[in-house]
Amino acid sequence: MENYVEDKPKRKGGVITWLVTNLSRILISLVVPIGLFVILWQGFLFLRDSNAPQIVLVLVAIVWGVGGVAALFWVTNWLVEKMPKEWTRRIQPYVFVGPAIAIIAWFLFIPAVRTLILSFQNDISNKWIGFANYIFAFTDRVMLDAFRNNLLWLVFGTFFSVALGLIIAVLADRSRYETIYKVLIFIPMAISFVGAGVIWKFIYAYQGLGVGVKEIGLLNAIVVGLGGTAQPWLTQGPWNNFLLIIIMVWLQTGFAMVIISSAVKGIPAELLEAARVDGANEFRIFFTIIIPSIAGTLITVTTTIVIFSLKLFDVVYVMTGGNFGTNVIANEFYLQRFTYGNAGRASAIAIVLLIATTPVMIYNLRQFNERRAF
Amino acid sequence: MAAKTQGFQKQKRSSSILLNLTLSIICFIWLLPVIGLLVTSFRNSTDIFTSGWWTIFPHREYQNTRQIVLDPSVDVNGPITVEGVTATFDEFRDGVTAPNGEQLTWYGNRRTRTIDVAERVWVGFNTNLSLKNYISVLSGKSVTFTDATGREVITRGPSLGSAFLNSLAVTIPATIIPILIAAFAAYGFAWLNFPGRKLLFILVVAMLVVPLQTALVPILQDYTRLNLNGTFLAIWLAHTGFGLPLAVYLLFNYIALLPREILESAFLDGASNFTIFTQLILPLSIPALASFAIFQFLWVWNDFLVALIFLGDKNRVVTSALANLVGERGQDWHLLTAGAFVSMLLPLIVFLALQRYFVRGMMAGSVKG
Repeated sequence: MENYVEDKPKRKGGVITWLVTNLSRILISLVVPIGLFVILWQGFLFLRDSNAPQIVLVLVAIVWGVGGVAALFWVTNWLVEKMPKEWTRRIQPYVFVGPAIAIIAWFLFIPAVRTLILSFQNDISNKWIGFANYIFAFTDRVMLDAFRNNLLWLVFGTFFSVALGLIIAVLADRSRYETIYKVLIFIPMAISFVGAGVIWKFIYAYQGLGVGVKEIGLLNAIVVGLGGTAQPWLTQGPWNNFLLIIIMVWLQTGFAMVIISSAVKGIPAELLEAARVDGANEFRIFFTIIIPSIAGTLITVTTTIVIFSLKLFDVVYVMTGGNFGTNVIANEFYLQRFTYGNAGRASAIAIVLLIATTPVMIYNLRQFNERRAF
Repeated sequence: MAAKTQGFQKQKRSSSILLNLTLSIICFIWLLPVIGLLVTSFRNSTDIFTSGWWTIFPHREYQNTRQIVLDPSVDVNGPITVEGVTATFDEFRDGVTAPNGEQLTWYGNRRTRTIDVAERVWVGFNTNLSLKNYISVLSGKSVTFTDATGREVITRGPSLGSAFLNSLAVTIPATIIPILIAAFAAYGFAWLNFPGRKLLFILVVAMLVVPLQTALVPILQDYTRLNLNGTFLAIWLAHTGFGLPLAVYLLFNYIALLPREILESAFLDGASNFTIFTQLILPLSIPALASFAIFQFLWVWNDFLVALIFLGDKNRVVTSALANLVGERGQDWHLLTAGAFVSMLLPLIVFLALQRYFVRGMMAGSVKG
C-alpha cells in the first residue's frame, strides 16, 4: 500500500503532480488527527459542563470514552502506516505499547519513585533522615508482627484459594450444572466488601458471657450448640489471623476458579478422550494431563494472588483494624500514612512491600523465558 | 460387551453423584455467609442485633413459661431444691436442666428469690421480615428532623437509582479502556521487536506490586492542576492506570502463547500488524479478554476508595451511596445489607453473560499451555 503511493510520483515524474499528491497526503494526515482531537475535546467539555439529563450524560460518556480510545489507536496507527516502511516498522511497536507505558508511568511508576524519595525523609518530608524509616520498618515490633502475619496470608491464603479454585474448576468442568456451581462460588466476589464485611462480622460476632446472652454470631452459635462456650474469636491471636484468611479465601477462590476454568477449557478434548480410552484413571489424567496443560495459568493465578495477599488491606481494616495481633503490612502503611500522618515511614513500608514481591516477579520472568514467551 | 458398557455407565453415574455432592457441599459452605446476608437484608434493625439470622428458620429454643418465687424460709446460700432439682444459687444462675427438660434459671441477684422456668419449644418461620430495607435503599433513606420552627421535616437522601447510572458511566469505560490498551500492549510485547522490550515489560509487571494508596495523593494533585477532578475521564484514567499492570500481565500470558504459525501465515499474506491484531489476535483472545473483563468490571464496580477520592460527591457511585447508608455511627447495617444485594446484581449478570465465552473447543489445538 505505502510502496504503491511512494512509487507513483517517480513514475509520473511531474513536479506538480508530485507536490499535489504529497501535499494532499500531508493535509489529510493533519486534518484527520486534528478533527479527532476537536471532537474529543468537545465531548469532554460537554460532559464536564452540560446539564443534560443524567441518562443522556451517561450514554454520551460511555460512547465518548470507549470510542475515543479506540479512535485514538486507529488514527495513530493510520498515521504511522502512512510513513515510509522502515519508519513504520520502528515506530509501530510504540503505538502498541506506548499508551500502556505512559499511563502506568503516570499512575504507578512516578508515584513509586516519589515514594522511594519520601522514604528517606522525615514524617512531613522536609528533612533527609537516611535509613531511619527502613530501620523502623525492619525492627519495630509492630512491623515484625505484620511481616509474620503477611507470611501467613501469603502461604495459607494463596494455597487454599488456588487449590480450591483448581479443584472446583476441574470438578465443575465435568458436571452438567457447571454454570450454577461457578456462579455460586463467584458470588462472594460480586458483593462489595462494604457489604460483605457486615456478614463476616455477624459470623464472628461475640456477645459476651452472661446469663441469657444469645449469640448472634454464627460461629459462636455453632460452638454453643455443640456444647462449647462462646469465644471472642477476632481478639484471640494467633488464630484470629486464620479466621481472617478464611474471608480472603472465600473472596479469592472465585477469581482463581474463573481463570483456571478458562484454561481447563483450553485443553483439547481429544487429549482427554485419548487418555481415557487408554484406561488412565481420573487422578492420573488430573496430574499428568490437566496440571501440565494449565501450568502457565496456575503460575499466573498464584502470582496474582500472592501479590494480592501481600497488598491485602480491606479485610483486616474492616474486621479488626489491625488490632489484636492481626496487623498486616498494607494496613500499617495505611495507618502510618493517613492516621499518623507519617509520610516517611509509610513510604518505607510501601517500598519494603515492593521489594518483598521481587522474588515472585523474578520467578515469573524466568518462566516466561523458559516457555519462550519472549 | 453390553454388560460391560452398562457397568461402565453405572460407575459413571455413581461417580457423577459423588462429584455433584462434593461440589454442592463446597457451594453450600460458600453460600452460607451470602444466605446470612440475604436474610439479614429482610430483617429490621432491632432484630439484627438481638438474634442470629438463622433464627428465622424453624428451630427449638427455650422460652420462659412461668416464674417460681421461692418461699422466704428457703436459705438461698445453701443448696436449694426446686421442682425436684437441687442446686446451689451459682448453678441456678447458670441455668439448670430439670429431668422433664425444663430449664430453671435464677432471675437477677440472690435477693429476687425468683426462678424463671423455660420450656424448650419449636419456633416456626419467623415472619418478621419485610421489604422495607430494600424500599428505603432504592428510594433514598429518609431522615426526620425538627426544624427551627418546631415542625417535623422528612427529607429523602439520594437514591441508589442515580448512583447506579453513575456507576455504569464509570464502570463500562473503565473496563473496556484498560482491556483495549492492555491488549495492544500485550501484543506489542509478545510479537513485535523493538529496543527496550524486555526492560519495559519487566517494569510494567513490576508495577503490579505498587499499592495504589501510594499513588492517590500525587495523582489528586495532578488532577487539580489539570482541572480534572470529579470528571468521568479522571476516574477512568485512574482505574485504567491501576488495572493495567495486571491486564497486561494476564493478556500477555495468553497472547504470547498463541501459535506462531497463525501469525506467520498472516504476515506472509501481507497483513499489517494492526490488521493481525484486530482481525486475528482479538477474536482468538476472547476467553482471556472476557475473564479479565469480569474482574475489572467487578473491581471498578465495587471500588470505594478511588471513587471517593477522584469523584467525591459530584457523581456519586453505588459504593459511596452504600457507605453513606451505614450512617454516622455505623448503625444502619440493615440498609447496608439490602444495598449490598441490590448492587451485586449487575456484576452477576456480567459474569453470566461473559461466562459463555469460556467454551471448550474455541482454542482447541491452538494453546500449548
